[in-house]
Amino acid sequence: MTTEAQQKSPFKTKPLVRLGWLILACYVFYALNALDFTWERFINGLGNGAQFLSEMIPPNFERWKLLVENLIETIEIAVIASAFGIGLSLPIGMCAARNLMPDWVTWPARTVIAVCRSFHPVIFAILFVKAVGFGPLAGILTLIFLSIGFIGKLFAEAIEEISLKPVEAMKAAGAPFMSVLIFAVLPQVFNRFIGFATYQFDANLRNSTMVGIVGAGGIGGTLFAAFQRFDYDFLAAILISIVALIMLSELLSVKIKAIFND
Amino acid sequence: MTNTMTWERFTPGQRLARFAVYLGAVSLFVFSLSTVEIIPEFLYDAPYQLQDLFTRMWPIDFASYTQENIHEALIETLNIASLGTILALFLAVPVALLSANNITRSPILNWFGKFILVSSRTVNSLVWAILFVAIFGPGALAGTFAIGFRSIGFCGKLLAEALEEVDHGPIEALRAAGAPTVSILLKGYWPQVAPAFWGLALFRWDINVRESSVIGLVGAGGIGVALDTALNLFRWQQVALILLCIFTIVIIAEVAVTKIRQNII
Repeated sequence: MTTEAQQKSPFKTKPLVRLGWLILACYVFYALNALDFTWERFINGLGNGAQFLSEMIPPNFERWKLLVENLIETIEIAVIASAFGIGLSLPIGMCAARNLMPDWVTWPARTVIAVCRSFHPVIFAILFVKAVGFGPLAGILTLIFLSIGFIGKLFAEAIEEISLKPVEAMKAAGAPFMSVLIFAVLPQVFNRFIGFATYQFDANLRNSTMVGIVGAGGIGGTLFAAFQRFDYDFLAAILISIVALIMLSELLSVKIKAIFND
Repeated sequence: MTNTMTWERFTPGQRLARFAVYLGAVSLFVFSLSTVEIIPEFLYDAPYQLQDLFTRMWPIDFASYTQENIHEALIETLNIASLGTILALFLAVPVALLSANNITRSPILNWFGKFILVSSRTVNSLVWAILFVAIFGPGALAGTFAIGFRSIGFCGKLLAEALEEVDHGPIEALRAAGAPTVSILLKGYWPQVAPAFWGLALFRWDINVRESSVIGLVGAGGIGVALDTALNLFRWQQVALILLCIFTIVIIAEVAVTKIRQNII
């Protein structure tokens, strides 16, 4: 019996792994202290949360006209920003692909993409609100930047992964550069590009609900106003309609991708 | 007369569907452009305004780094991001188990799990922050919960996908040996999904550093609070410093994550 108990466990944890878990536990303890979290605050919060939820129910759709207007503005921002963003990221992404372009073209394009990705969209939105004033224009400019950063990068990566055989065949046959792009490169990445584009439209729709919080148009502004006026039942109505809108658009993008995939 | 076969890439139905998508996209775009309320003068004015903004930001006010406690705010931001990620992973594991169809064999529960994941992703981090500020009051607690709840969707979805792709050999072996469910999860599934789990934890941490730097704008703690104050007081040189700090911290986080991924995972 004793020998059996002393048998080496087949699933013994490595000491290094244990040390890792210990460090993680210490960090959590330190961070909880540093952020001044107490159990009491958490319990108080739960009470507030219950009250908050009870004020949110039932959602108040009385001001549905305002809600619909804002939702339409949100969709408009997302549509315009996606159109310009996707349109601009096509050439930029192509310029950033290192297997097609020489270094002196890819570097500036890559810098543009990196700059667009460097900040959170809200920070761009703040800067654009200062530059072009409150309203949907600031939101559109923000989301254009965001789309270039995201699609430009993915599109460049997609182009870098293509098979170069058709490209070489066309070059050998003496095709001009534009023809090589249109007939050898684009067909290989078109499906993925549609995927990125629909994804980016969804992302823009999501983010256009957010940029409004800093005054860049769309439903976010109304949401933040409702929150600041403790108008929680209207807040619930806004949240429900945002979630419904985004789920609808995700459904639509699945359908669109299905059309382009066969 | 010879009947020549003509080969076409798409059937008429496919072509019609594609045409409908293009038509829909273009008409939506035209409709949006014609109805959105944009004042063109503001757009022409934008380059001048941006230039004005940058001249106001220069020179960067480095002195306020210590005066305005920006260092503490940065540490707080990092703590919110890390704790939020840990909270998200804790919450995401049960939801991922619920929505992986090879572990929970019930379509209704799978659907319920997926519903939680989708709703977590749909609501933006700033909106989560607003909700938790209403519950816990302004501060880092609200920020941590906002980051955590926002990340459930991402972590849970990727973890569920990893769980669904595991090799069934070890699991069947454990089951045949009579192992209880907990052991099957810990010794059969966990070793197989652990690399994916740590990979997505790191990836999400990187994203959360970005997000936690702005949720302060609605009062949820971190460097965003300092940014909001500086913006409201039109202290542009201080804004420039804060933006520089956020930029640096985001770059450091990204480089660190890339290095760790290359060397460990």
